[in-house]
Formats: sequence, C-alpha cells, structure tokens
Amino acid sequence: MADTTGTATPETLAVHGEDGVRRRDFINIAAVSFAGVGAVAVVLPLVSQMAPSADVLAESSTEIDVGSIEAGQAIKAVFRKQPLFVRRLTPAEISQADKVDASSLRDPQTLAERTKEGHLDMLVTMGVCTHLGCVPLGAAEGENRGEFGGYFCPCHGSHYDTAARIRKGPAPTNLVVPDYEFTSDTVIRVG
Amino acid sequence: MSFPWARQYEPKNGLTKFLDEKLPLPRLVYGAIGAGYPVPRNLSYMWNFGVLAGFCLVLQIVTGVVLAMHYAPNALVAFGTTEHIMRDVNWGWMMRYAHANGASFFFIVVYLHIFRGFFYSSYKAPREMIWLLGVVIFLLMMATAFMGYVLPWGQMSFWGAKVITGLFGAIPIVGEPIQVWLLGGFAPDNAALNRFFSLHFLLPFVIAGVVILHIWALHIPGSSNPTGVEIKTEADTVPFHPYYTAKDGFGLGIFLLLFCTMVFFLPNYLGHPDNYIEANPLSTPAHIVPEWYFWPFYAILRAFTVDFFFVPAKLMGVLAMFAAILVWFFLPWLDKSPVRSGHYRPLFRKFFWFGLIPTMAVLFYCGGAPAEEPFVMLSQLATAYYFLHFLVILPLVSSIEKPEPLPYSITEAVLGSDKKAVLGENTTPAV
Ligand code: HEM
Ligand code: FES
Repeated sequence: MADTTGTATPETLAVHGEDGVRRRDFINIAAVSFAGVGAVAVVLPLVSQMAPSADVLAESSTEIDVGSIEAGQAIKAVFRKQPLFVRRLTPAEISQADKVDASSLRDPQTLAERTKEGHLDMLVTMGVCTHLGCVPLGAAEGENRGEFGGYFCPCHGSHYDTAARIRKGPAPTNLVVPDYEFTSDTVIRVG
Repeated sequence: MSFPWARQYEPKNGLTKFLDEKLPLPRLVYGAIGAGYPVPRNLSYMWNFGVLAGFCLVLQIVTGVVLAMHYAPNALVAFGTTEHIMRDVNWGWMMRYAHANGASFFFIVVYLHIFRGFFYSSYKAPREMIWLLGVVIFLLMMATAFMGYVLPWGQMSFWGAKVITGLFGAIPIVGEPIQVWLLGGFAPDNAALNRFFSLHFLLPFVIAGVVILHIWALHIPGSSNPTGVEIKTEADTVPFHPYYTAKDGFGLGIFLLLFCTMVFFLPNYLGHPDNYIEANPLSTPAHIVPEWYFWPFYAILRAFTVDFFFVPAKLMGVLAMFAAILVWFFLPWLDKSPVRSGHYRPLFRKFFWFGLIPTMAVLFYCGGAPAEEPFVMLSQLATAYYFLHFLVILPLVSSIEKPEPLPYSITEAVLGSDKKAVLGENTTPAV
C-alpha cells in the first residue's frame, strides 16, 4: 500500500491506526474477552445446580413434640434427612455435666450454652458424629452411652458426655446443636 | 516415533487400500499393537498387566452399560432395582457379579502394574509422561469405583458416601459448604445418588481417553524391559504381533480363569453383607469399611489421631491420604539413580522387598481392621515409613548406591553375548 502523500487514507488507518493499535487486534481482544466472560457466565449455573435444590431446602425445618419424653429418655427424630437427638436429662446428668470445668474441654461449652433458657434439661443435638458423620449410639434404650454417659460413636470410638460434648476420641467438636426454638412449652421447631 | 526397522503396513486388497487412503485405521492398529511395533524381546509377565488393565476397562464398560439398562438411580427404588437385576433380569446376576468383581480385578491388575513400575523404575526418563498419566488414571479409577459402590444404595453404599464426603468437611471454613454442594443436600440422598450415577457412567470414558494418551506416550520411547537397558538394535526387539499378542493372550486366559472362579463360585467374597441391607440414614453399621482396594489409603487416613500443632487430626488424615498418592507424581524426580531395573540395584532392591512391600501389606491389613490398638499404632508406623520411603530413602539410596554391572544390551542379557558388543562397536554400557 503506497502512502506517498503522507496523509492517512481510511485504509492505512484501518491497518495501522494513529497510535499503532490495529483494528484487527481490537476486534480480536474484544471477541476473546466477550467469549471469556460468556464462558465464565455459564460456569455459574453449572456449579450452582449441584447445590441443594429448593425441595431439599424446603425440608429444612421440622416441628417436634417433646412433651412426652421422660427424664433419662431420648428420641431420634429426622431433621434435613439426618438424625436428630432430643434428650431430657435427669438431674444427675445435669449436675454431672455442670461439674466439669468447661474451659478444660476440647470444644469448651457449658450445658447452659447448649440448651435454651428455662429448658436446661432439654438437650437437642444432631445425631451426627462430628468426626466422619456416623450416628452415635446412646439415644435408644440399652445402647452403649460411652465412658461419659452421653453418646458413643462406634465408628472410631468418640465418647460424648451428658451435654453431648466430645470428651475422648477423634471427633473434633461437640455434637452440633441446630438452630431451634420452643414454639410452646412442649413443641420445638428445628431449623 | 518407533524404530527405523519397524515394519511398514502394506494394504493388500482393494478394500484395505481404499481404507488406508481415506481413514488409515488399520495402519494405526498395525503400528500400535501389530507387527509394526517393535518391542523388547525380553519382556516378562510383569509386562502383561497394561493389556489386562485395558481388558478390565472394556469389561467394566460393557457390563456397566448393561446394568444401566435395568437400574434406576432414585433413592426410593435403587436398592429394589438392584435386587430386580439379581432376581428377575435374565442373566442379571451374572452381569452384576461380573461388574462388581471386575472392579476388584481391575484394581488387582493396576496395583501389579504400578508395582512393576516401582520395581523397574518405569517412571524414569524418557517415560515420565506415561507415569504421570498413569497416576491420573489411578485417581480417576478411585473416584469411579467409589461412586459406583454408592449406586446399589445399601447400608455400606450410604455410609461409605457419608464418611468419604465427610472428609471434605475437614477442610477449614469452606469444608462444610463443599460437602453440602457435593451431595446436593445435608446427607446423601436422591440428589447425591443421581449425580453419582451420572458421573459413574461418564468417568470410565474419560479414563479411556487418558488411556489413549498413556499408550500414545508409551509408543514414543517404547516399552522398557526387565534389564532397564534401552533398545540398541533390531536384534533387541521382536514385533508385537505375534510375539506379545500371544503372550498377552496367554495372560488373559489365566486372568479369566481366576476371574470366572470368583464370579461363579465366590461372587460375594470381596463384598460386605451389610450392603444387602437397604440404606438407613438413622442407623450406622457397626463396622464401616471401604472396599478392599481402598484399605491402604484408609489406614493412612485413620493413622492421625492427635492434632499436629494447629492442624486438627482429622484434616491431617485427609491431607496425608491424598499426599500418599500425589507423591507418586514426583517419583521421576525423587529417584535420581541412572539405573532403572531393580535387578541391578542391590540397595534399592532391599528397601523395595523389605521396606515398601511389607509397609503396604501392613497398611492394607490395618485399613480393613477396626480402629483399635494395635492397628492404630501399626498404621502410624507404616504411614511414617511410607512417606520416608518415597521422600528420603529413594533419593538417598540413589545417591549412595553402587549399581551392579549392566549387560551391554538386551540381546546380551538374553543370549549371553551380543555380536555387536564383541566386535567392540560400543563397549560403554549405556543405560
Ligand atoms: C486403566 C488403567 C490402565 C491401562 C489400561 C494401562 C495400559 C497400559 C498399557 C497397555 C501399557 C503397555 C504394556 C505394559 O507395559 O504393561 C502400559 C504401560 C505403562 N503404564 Fe499403564 N495402564 C493403566 C494404568 C496405569 C497406572 C495407574 C500407572 C501408574 C500409576 C501406569 C503406569 C504405566 C507405565 C509407567 C507404563 C510403561 C511401562 C514400561 O514400558 O516399562 N499405568 N499401560
Ligand atoms: S465417625 Fe464417629 S468416631 Fe469417627
């Protein structure tokens, strides 16, 4: 392309531009960036479809009548497809839990912190061992309650005390207390 | 690729000539596993397991596709459709037993294949890429087998899924959200079962793709051999067909004999009775164990019982378990000895037979045993040795060891002398 006059024709501008940026480079970068943003945008739904769907989340709160549980008894309920332990502690179990110095524990918490005010005897926890997720024993009649009288996980030997706090074995934390509230004196809503 | 003396494919009739022009598939096969592929003349039976692994992959895909025709991945009916396959579907029991035992045999074969690689240092230059792709295949196999075991939706399926996805929960902060995301719920359920089925169907084809890369990479330097001395002349080789097609065929016969014995006479020997009980999210079986082929790694996972500085025990176990396999990726660079074959490495050989092999045996046994003493202590010792072996002993041995003299060539190793060597053409033993 002979540019003898020294003035830029539209063609030479299109190729070289005034500042050395070629029109083609611009189109190239713009197109690739646009495709890149598009590719990232489709990753989002692809990743997010794996998360719990609406119907799974809809099961995420459960009401339980706890009025009929006698002191020393426990029931197994289901919350989010996982076992939930509801246990009415005996006065002996409460004092046993309060006797230990909470700050000396692996996951320091007092019984009062793990129950609702005025319901110190109502222990609501997930029935899911915090180690690798087995269901601990001790909720049903006659099951092994471990060395601390609470729950015992047979999978790798985690012992929980009467406040369902981890005392011995590989589990890193206490049995999880889910979010719940008393909707009346005898009914709790979990989740 | 390949050697100058490799035979060339010659299409003989009109049809093969036509094909060779339009789509030279016969040429590819001829050069890859036919008479056009020169292979060391001294390969032992330890070199059979690659082909056997390929056979297992095909076996799993064929039986798996058949099973998928009768199975339904829905938590309400999955256990029932599995029993339906066993009782009602014509030959369904055979397809299922062949698939379940096929997975076990696949792992037996691949473990032997990998340990062949350890002993003969097949991972060394120029075969690093073959090895790296092999480790990728192994990781994919583990993922596939794990998800497949969940599909019958028995007690072990369910609790295995729960415990293994629970491992991710060990990662600080992001662990729990990742676990929920992987399962699509708060515990294994329909969402998890469906995605596991989808991925279990897909992954074997991904494996097939990586196997093609694996074999492509293999065909650049060609196979190593029991002496570890590289091919020098045509005399060191024989064409793959008919020599190794015959040898591999014989090996396949032995394999099928053992496989059929298991499928027809001991079909449940390697399984767990608990998996014939339908999944129950509210009751854990007394003794959860993974399938036997995961035992060594499960033992490493459980070997960590106390916190390590500020890293919780549970996370340490998870990291160690993954590291136990990832360390294989670095083998080509950890083992610096220029000699490949363990037959010429006196010190390496001792550590292989009296160090690595017993350690793997201990880990294997402890992984299947309950988490009690003495098994916990034994797995701790074995785990320590396992990492010591790869990270310290191998590099150290390769720097202090005095290897035994190598034969001049493969031909000399086989025939006792090599005419070329006697002529003094090149007397420095190249590695
Ligand atoms: C689906 C699984 C696999 C298939 C189908 C497969 C297939 C093969 C085949 C056909 C060969 C050539 C024959 C032989 O040397 O035995 C081979 C060689 C090899 N494979 Fe594999 N393989 C698989 C998994 C693995 C794994 C998991 C590893 C290692 C972690 C591995 C490492 C190697 C190495 C290093 C070689 C070259 C050995 C030599 O020539 O000395 N492979 N593979
Ligand atoms: S899952 Fe409970 S101790 Fe491991």
